[in-house]
Amino acid sequence: MSGEMLYTILGGIQWTVLLTITSLAVGVLLGAVLCAMRTSGIRLLDGLAAALILVLRAVPPIVWLFLIFFGIGTGIMQVSPFQAAAIGLGLITAANMAEIFRGALAAVHKGQWEAAQALSMPARWRLLDVIAPQLLRVSLPSIASYAIGLLKDTAIASTIGVPEIAFQATHVSQVTFQGLATFAFAGCLYIALSIPVAWASRWADQRMRLRVAR
Amino acid sequence: MNETLAFWQQTLPSLLDGFRLSLQVTGVSLLLGIPLGLLLALGLRSPHLVLRAPLLAVIEVGRGASVLVLLQFVYFGLPTTGFTLSAFASVTLAFTWCTAAYTSEILRAGMEAVPQGQREAAQALRFNGLDTLRLIILPQGLPISIPALLGFAILMLQASSLAFVVALPELMSKAQLIGSNTFQYMPIFILVALLFAVICIPATVVVGYLERRLGRHL
Repeated sequence: MSGEMLYTILGGIQWTVLLTITSLAVGVLLGAVLCAMRTSGIRLLDGLAAALILVLRAVPPIVWLFLIFFGIGTGIMQVSPFQAAAIGLGLITAANMAEIFRGALAAVHKGQWEAAQALSMPARWRLLDVIAPQLLRVSLPSIASYAIGLLKDTAIASTIGVPEIAFQATHVSQVTFQGLATFAFAGCLYIALSIPVAWASRWADQRMRLRVAR
Repeated sequence: MNETLAFWQQTLPSLLDGFRLSLQVTGVSLLLGIPLGLLLALGLRSPHLVLRAPLLAVIEVGRGASVLVLLQFVYFGLPTTGFTLSAFASVTLAFTWCTAAYTSEILRAGMEAVPQGQREAAQALRFNGLDTLRLIILPQGLPISIPALLGFAILMLQASSLAFVVALPELMSKAQLIGSNTFQYMPIFILVALLFAVICIPATVVVGYLERRLGRHL
């Protein structure tokens, strides 16, 4: 495999990373909304969010991507491959984030809510200043391991034409007929990309763990 | 609406054919992969680094690389070494690898959850290593792993839809073919989503129930 071929595959990294970050951001934001609905105590919202989470997780990512890219893309409005992938993966991430947040919410000590209330903090600040930061610290390890899974799942976006690592590898293997080396290299790239995330998560977790009230 | 229903009625048999193949691929991979995963998990307990290192590599690559890339590696990569596999065999090989890697971690966690005292008691009763494993550790460790294994099985069924990149005529390939012939992408993929939902939603609910039930004793 020539240097040029390696360079082509490496060029996919930026799309893989960009897609991972975008889907994760969409997922965290929508996941927070779903989690809020799920824990609102309003039965209608709770049920709606629970159903959404169940459906989002029951259908494979590739089906969501095809549904959005081909289904919406050919009939309703134009969507670029990247947009379709970011929306599709973002929605699935949202469902999983909602569950992660819900688990973390239970881990934030009840006294924190009570203390904030005792200080007569307005409800909005109670959530944003007291609960949310601790929630984030508690859920960080789960978010990080989900992010690593998501990084690998972005390979699926190659099937609708997002020029990320797997897409470039497919292209290179078709040109060079060296599938073994090409895909081995692509596989190693995914592993190499996930290692720093795992390290950063462990490092951050160690520091942040200290700042959660027990 | 009626049009869509008629379209679904017309395409459903073909999709169900594909779905049967998806289920087969998943089933075979799980049947081969879980015992392999158990062997990997047991191998990792070996004190010999010479044995542990290659097993660890198999697990880390199986877990670390994307399933899609593993699949393409097997299907497009192996032929370059003069070793050509059919689409079904490639998919099964790649998924078995992935299953073995993930389930080895699940099973290891299950076995580690068995209290140390059980091992010590077995030792005190002069059980040998195999008997300790067969009669003490596995009967207690495996049930702990069951919800996680079932959860993984659901994920594998979903992952089977990736097999369409190697032209295995499973559910997704069939749908893609129908979509490109009729240009009715939206209805056909909604039907695919429904088929997955029909299996995966009840399965998820059952797994959640099992998790809560088995978790009660811990």
